[in-house]
Amino acid sequence: MEFFRNPSVNWLGWKWYFLAFSLIFSVAGLVKMSWNWKHIGSPVPLGVDFRGGTQLDVKFTNPPDINAIRHAVEAAGVKDASIQNFGEAVNHEVLISLPEETNEQALDAGRQQIESALQAHYNNYFNPNSGVKVDVVGPTVGQQLKTKATQAVLFSMAGMLVYLWFRFQLIYGVAAVVACFHDTLITVGAFALTGREISLTVIAAILTLVGYSMNDTIVVFDRIRENLRLSRREQLPDLVNRSINQTLSRTVLTSGLTFLTVLSLFVFGGQVLNGFSFALVVGILIGTYSSIAVAAPMLVAWQEWRAGKGKTATLPAARKSRA
Amino acid sequence: MKKDLKNKIALIIAVLLLCLWGIFGDLKGLSGNAFLAAISNRIHLGLDLQGGAHLILQVQVADAVNAETDNSVQEIQQDLKKANLGYSQVTKPDPNKPDVIRIEGVSAAQSDAVNSLLTGNKYANEYELSGGSDTPFVLTMKPVYETDLDKRTVDEAIETIRDRVDALGVSEPLIQEYGLGANEVLVELPGVSDLDEVKSIIKATARLEIHAVEGGPFPTEEAARQSVNGVVPPDQEILTSSGDLAGTGGTAYYLLQRVSVVAGSDFRSAQPGVNSNTGQRTVNFTLTNEAGDKFWDFTSANVGKDMAVVMGGSVRSVAVIKNPIRDQGLIEGSFSQAEVMELSKLLRTGALPASLNYIEASTVGATLGADSIREGVTAAVVGILVVIVFMLVYYKGSGINADLALILNLIILLGIMGLSSWLSNLSGGGGFTLTLTLPGIAGVILTIGMGVDSNVLIFERIREEIRAGKAASAAVDQGFGRAWITIVDTHVTTIVSAAILFMFGTGPVKGFATTLTVGLLANLFTAVFVSRVIFDAHLNNLKPGEMVSI
Repeated sequence: MEFFRNPSVNWLGWKWYFLAFSLIFSVAGLVKMSWNWKHIGSPVPLGVDFRGGTQLDVKFTNPPDINAIRHAVEAAGVKDASIQNFGEAVNHEVLISLPEETNEQALDAGRQQIESALQAHYNNYFNPNSGVKVDVVGPTVGQQLKTKATQAVLFSMAGMLVYLWFRFQLIYGVAAVVACFHDTLITVGAFALTGREISLTVIAAILTLVGYSMNDTIVVFDRIRENLRLSRREQLPDLVNRSINQTLSRTVLTSGLTFLTVLSLFVFGGQVLNGFSFALVVGILIGTYSSIAVAAPMLVAWQEWRAGKGKTATLPAARKSRA
Repeated sequence: MKKDLKNKIALIIAVLLLCLWGIFGDLKGLSGNAFLAAISNRIHLGLDLQGGAHLILQVQVADAVNAETDNSVQEIQQDLKKANLGYSQVTKPDPNKPDVIRIEGVSAAQSDAVNSLLTGNKYANEYELSGGSDTPFVLTMKPVYETDLDKRTVDEAIETIRDRVDALGVSEPLIQEYGLGANEVLVELPGVSDLDEVKSIIKATARLEIHAVEGGPFPTEEAARQSVNGVVPPDQEILTSSGDLAGTGGTAYYLLQRVSVVAGSDFRSAQPGVNSNTGQRTVNFTLTNEAGDKFWDFTSANVGKDMAVVMGGSVRSVAVIKNPIRDQGLIEGSFSQAEVMELSKLLRTGALPASLNYIEASTVGATLGADSIREGVTAAVVGILVVIVFMLVYYKGSGINADLALILNLIILLGIMGLSSWLSNLSGGGGFTLTLTLPGIAGVILTIGMGVDSNVLIFERIREEIRAGKAASAAVDQGFGRAWITIVDTHVTTIVSAAILFMFGTGPVKGFATTLTVGLLANLFTAVFVSRVIFDAHLNNLKPGEMVSI
């Protein structure tokens, strides 16, 4: 059985549609992010490990009544808690959050108030020892984590660029990094548009998909380089199209299989990993798309620009030859 | 060729058996429960899966600096007196800068003598001297020394916390310095769900000190202040008493010397006891030799005066100094049995060198952890099944090859995790245990997806070669040879991402990074070596001219 026996699609012919598609989603994401910035202070909703605050995840034995819980909590003196259902309805889980405070004592006091309110009203309906997940994050830790996460992302991108520069010439590296940047932007935009929180595990997912998108782009670039060495007379756009077509089977299959596994994670993996799996689901789709739709056209565009200025019209092919 | 192949197969089977042993250890039976028990024994679960408490504390190293300079102030005063050098006061002028000591009122004539005393060996290590002749002498702690003191304080705090946590009886607690910030300590206690209890046990600063009493007991703070004409001198402080002392039955106020005579680590041991005469409970303590000398000096000079035992900032007991005491004494008071035991224990395990602030506290209940395990495993099983079925359908005979490699990949991944914790246990808790966290389960699922990609790359190449007309074994050869570099590429980029995540991430994310890395490395073995061996074995059985099923 084979999906693509001998594809010969003119990928580069579609480049304007690809550009439009990418632009629409990027801009939509950016718009929502700036709206978020104005209204909630950060481009995407942040998880509790970044923004600080108190969060309790309580598992009840019966389906919880959100309003009743809210009354109980308010009666205990906690006024601005956010209370919502968490995860599948069958889990009977409720998420109670308190906003960030400037010091750790206040956060802890909030937690104790909520816990005692729940124990007073619902003592038989949840197990305070094994059915509760509590997070109290002070402002210092949240800030440290944000710094570390940003550093991690920047280091990753820089590392990728250097690695690609070694393996290929600079223009390949730049094209691949631009594609990765595009993927990250659209994925984060997806979080903004769907109102999902970004926590440290989501950052982990984003870094993973950066690596994955890079892989995908390398597969296509490898083939382009091999073909460049073999055929010096072919027009670049045709050669790039042929390279993409030759690797199409492998690209779609590998992405497809990985996509199926993260889809399983998204559907069955539970609420705690939901942000993580969402990032990977979106990221893998966009990562595959970007190797064909962003990185490859960029190579061709760069070469045509150089040709337009009268420079040599071939892409640098061999840096390291492959036996 | 055949012998070579046999060796390779033997190697693979050896690895398989080793990893199965790593996962299950010594099985007690063959039931499903026995399997589960064996796995959970071996594979070390993170807090988010087994439930437990996770705390990050910040050590207030300024307290240690304060204590150190307080000590120095006392010593300077003693040294100056011994050398018959006059001064008006030795103080720390700014409470916000605990590392600065000021000596005032030295006459011009004695200025040189004081100078040489202060630059002598005793102080030169720690302090920089400035001032002299017309201005007060100022000693500032050297930054290098202060940094060292900070580090020592954090290390001591970690040791003390470890002792206290041991008393809780938690299995496999984790207490270490937390890399993300300055002077932060990470404490992870599996299975503990009562945050309040843990926090109070760890944080009991119970810095036990003995102070000289200047005045008291007073019924109110005002009265205490009145006794010194409304202004408390800088070297004294007012503290309250707790428990019933001297029959006041409520709160009494004492005016004490601010700097303690002996404190915390000066106590070498402490035992609860009972005074046979009065029937009151006591704590019998011994001091270290150095502290004993200090105590002797103090008690000799103050016979007849009171001294107070201060614990956790409040006065617990006041006694009259009847005779000079060197290094053995007792603290007597109306303590309860629990208080006496607690006090002795705290004295034995040492007081915390500095106070601690909690900057993050989380717990995960065991039920929620179990839920996470269930959900993660379900997703993994579904993922594996989908991939297995797909490979069979799409690649037919070779699909079996890929599926076997995939299953072996997982076994090796889990086996390595189990082996790492077994090795760790052997070496008594040292070494590196690979922990399975919830994102780690996601890492396993990703390994499945990315791992099978390697097989796809190889198989697609083989198909290309077959289409180009090559014979079976040549096609297989070319397929593996030419896909190798791309496979390495893809693995390296992902592993580099994982390495960066490991460096910058916290617990659960680190678990993801390690699981993904180990999984991908194992994949290099299974997708390339093992798959090749299976192909070779199959090729051996092919009739001439027959093609592999792919």
